[in-house]
Amino acid sequence: MTIATADTPRSTPNAGSLMQADAKTAKRNAREKRFRLYGLIAVCTGILMLVLLMISILTAGLSAFRQTTIEISVPLDAERLDPEGNRNPVEMASVTTFGYAPLLRDGLMQTIEAAGIETDLPEGDIADLISDESVAQLRATVLANPELVGQTVPVEVLASGRIDGFFKGRVTYETAELDSNISPEQLRLAEALEEAGLLRTGFNWRFITAPDASSTRPEAAGLGVAILGSFYMMLVVLVLSLPIGVAASIYLEEFAPQNRFTDLIEVNISNLAAVPSIVFGILGLAIFINFAGLPQSAPIVGGLVLTLMTLPTIIIATRAALKAVPPSIRDAALGIGASKMQAVFHHVLPLAMPGILTGTIIGLAQALGETAPLLLIGMVAFVREYPDAPWDGGLFDPATALPVQVYNFTQRSDPAFVERASGAIIVLLIFLLIMNLAAIFLRRKFERRW
Amino acid sequence: MSPLWLLVSIAVLALIGAVIGRRKAMASAGGDARELHSLPNYYGANVALLVTAPALLVLAAWMILQPMLIEGRVASIVPDAAYQDAGALNLLMADVRRVAGGLDLAVAQGALTAQEAHDAEATDLRARLAEIGVAVGSEVDTVILEAAQRYRVLDSRADLARTVVILILALAGFIFTVSRIDRTYRARNSVELAVLVLLIGASTIAILTTFGIVMSMLFETMNFFRQYPASEFFFSTTWDPSFSGRGGASELGILPLLWGTLYISLIALLVSVPIGLFAAIYLSEYADKRFRGFAKPLLEVLAGIPTIVYGLFALITVGPLLRDAIASPLGLGNSASSVMTAGLVMGIMLIPFVSSLSDDIINAVPQAMRDGSYGLGATQSETIRQVIVPAALPGIVGAILLAASRAIGETMIVVLGAGAAARIDVNPFEAMTTVTVKIVSQLTGDTDFSSPETLVAFALGLTLFVITLGLNVLALYIVRRYREQYE
Repeated sequence: MTIATADTPRSTPNAGSLMQADAKTAKRNAREKRFRLYGLIAVCTGILMLVLLMISILTAGLSAFRQTTIEISVPLDAERLDPEGNRNPVEMASVTTFGYAPLLRDGLMQTIEAAGIETDLPEGDIADLISDESVAQLRATVLANPELVGQTVPVEVLASGRIDGFFKGRVTYETAELDSNISPEQLRLAEALEEAGLLRTGFNWRFITAPDASSTRPEAAGLGVAILGSFYMMLVVLVLSLPIGVAASIYLEEFAPQNRFTDLIEVNISNLAAVPSIVFGILGLAIFINFAGLPQSAPIVGGLVLTLMTLPTIIIATRAALKAVPPSIRDAALGIGASKMQAVFHHVLPLAMPGILTGTIIGLAQALGETAPLLLIGMVAFVREYPDAPWDGGLFDPATALPVQVYNFTQRSDPAFVERASGAIIVLLIFLLIMNLAAIFLRRKFERRW
Repeated sequence: MSPLWLLVSIAVLALIGAVIGRRKAMASAGGDARELHSLPNYYGANVALLVTAPALLVLAAWMILQPMLIEGRVASIVPDAAYQDAGALNLLMADVRRVAGGLDLAVAQGALTAQEAHDAEATDLRARLAEIGVAVGSEVDTVILEAAQRYRVLDSRADLARTVVILILALAGFIFTVSRIDRTYRARNSVELAVLVLLIGASTIAILTTFGIVMSMLFETMNFFRQYPASEFFFSTTWDPSFSGRGGASELGILPLLWGTLYISLIALLVSVPIGLFAAIYLSEYADKRFRGFAKPLLEVLAGIPTIVYGLFALITVGPLLRDAIASPLGLGNSASSVMTAGLVMGIMLIPFVSSLSDDIINAVPQAMRDGSYGLGATQSETIRQVIVPAALPGIVGAILLAASRAIGETMIVVLGAGAAARIDVNPFEAMTTVTVKIVSQLTGDTDFSSPETLVAFALGLTLFVITLGLNVLALYIVRRYREQYE
């Protein structure tokens, strides 16, 4: 080995001082900066996408929470609505919506006249200002309050989809020229009604509570049945997956011996967590509907399928929570004479509960947003009837679910349904936000570090 | 007795048993719990357990088997002339069930007496059932009525037998366990054994689910291949199902669907892997605590958003944007739904997936390796590129494979963003379709489970399951091997 001496010639002459970077160092430092920048760009791109996604959904969907309505004074002609004259709602029910339509139309014409608005539109075009749904609305109101018959009552009815769109900026005079469903004259009339204070835009409770409406009446479509259906499914998922998931985790974490059977279970759980969700839909269709004969579109089937999907999530979270309880707790319990089972159920499980609940809520949130498997078990059906209460067999009644309702809205041609779909997504995201906040709160409040 | 009342009576019996069991144990110990082998409550629980568990198990099995057996018996008395094929028999049996249920309801509501229901004539039955809100599709003929009457007889007999058997079972459990109670009886061990069996039962559900998935798809897939040649399915390049029922004319090749699936997944990975990987590197190596604490949860929000939301984003924003800004001006296509749309949006969805997995893996690289590299004078980026990433490579590959399996199995984004046209094309601005889209379209709406057009969905599902399972197993194997390396 030779010893390098001071006067050995350098391969690269030292050009300057340490304080001044040479060309190679400068290059390396520049590279370092660039690399760092790439990373920053990547993070920011991800966040930017999130922001774009939110903006896109919010701008398209917030208007679904506002709805244009027209106030009409409707003369409820007793002879037409209650031919028997005894105000018996059962007998009055024989008058169909066809009996109510002319009343509503007359009411509209009179209201316009009384407001002093002049228009040369034919009567049919004026009647198109209000939604077809409003006739059914009027009938329902009258049947619920038979004493109104014979009076002239002010009724707040939905404006038709295009008029609603006009006040939300979706429809303009230019697009109305080209649209066979609406004309600029009708828009002018609507504006006149607004000036007269008869037409207004307010918060849309119906969107949250009303059932779905046909594809030609976007203004009346609501999420009531979908929210209820989703809620029922979450009930089923919670009732089934929490006990089963916790029981399975306790066995695997605390009791299972190291053998092939345990390995088989573990491999199955980790694989089920990664199986595409649509495969669970096929399972539900083949086993629960075709084999077990459960009804299509029922929340019970959806709940069962989602339970199977949620189980791996809950099991993984529960096992982590059990693992986080220090062994000293178990040892202390065993030391004072508890059996293994008592140590687990009396001491370990209560300490792991916050973690288990957090995992369960996150699992439920995942299940709430799941769409694909529900499409296969018939939850895309058009359902207008609210399901019964769970104790009246409501779990077996047809219902839809929030994410499926979004898909359903997107499959309809009227552009107003884009607004409804985005609005439904906002409702869904609010539910998810609440659930995740609850999970974070639980974690912050009860988490213990040993 | 209806199942609900049976449950209630079992529960009441169990409760009484629990109280009596506890009392008897205390009495046998002369009122001093210390003389007992187990805590007094275990004696009570032991009785309750042996009253409920066998009775509930038998009840569950009975509820599943009874309708199957009765339907078989009733179907055998329906003359062969009354139906043409299995589908017609199914419809006929549905009518039988509805008529039988309607008659039961009529008796329950008092519209008919039991004797009237038994002697009911076919002629005006439909109208009478309609009065109580039971809609029967067609006029009730004598064949259906006879079968329905037979159904009611068998059903009521089976119900009676069920009630008797279940109650006897519960009582037997009650008497047996109560009689065995004495001071030295090991009640706790018995209860704990039962709980352990319950725990094992719960954990086998994972196996049962996998078994159910494989079996349900395997059977229908075999049915499908009996009607449609497997070689055509796997190697044909045309997907052109005729509307169900016509039969024969359909071409059901999987290749165009696989092509669309893989193409979209590739684009999704090209978007998500660089972004996710760089984000993970930045967050784990460069970012200070504050930035990390703010950016990481935000990225993870992307993972918590349901896929239908991404689907809508593709449909109303990304699709039209790509079409108007790129595809139309360049003459590449006029479709808002395209491979590019679905791929980009799916890529966004996968960013947090790749980044959080890579983050874990990068953090698992031992600090000593970093320190060694810094000690040699390497800059941070040189350390990352030449030491950390090569060391973490197997784990990163595993993460990418998991992301790929996600992309292949993703449904809602492609249903809303990719289109429905099955074609093999290299232009990413054309609409193409995927395996999952076709599973959805073949299995929604009116389905006929004897036609190949419906059954093909099960073959597609099985293919999808096998592909994703293979990717997952491979990825998990790689990740596990990698973890072991540094532990």
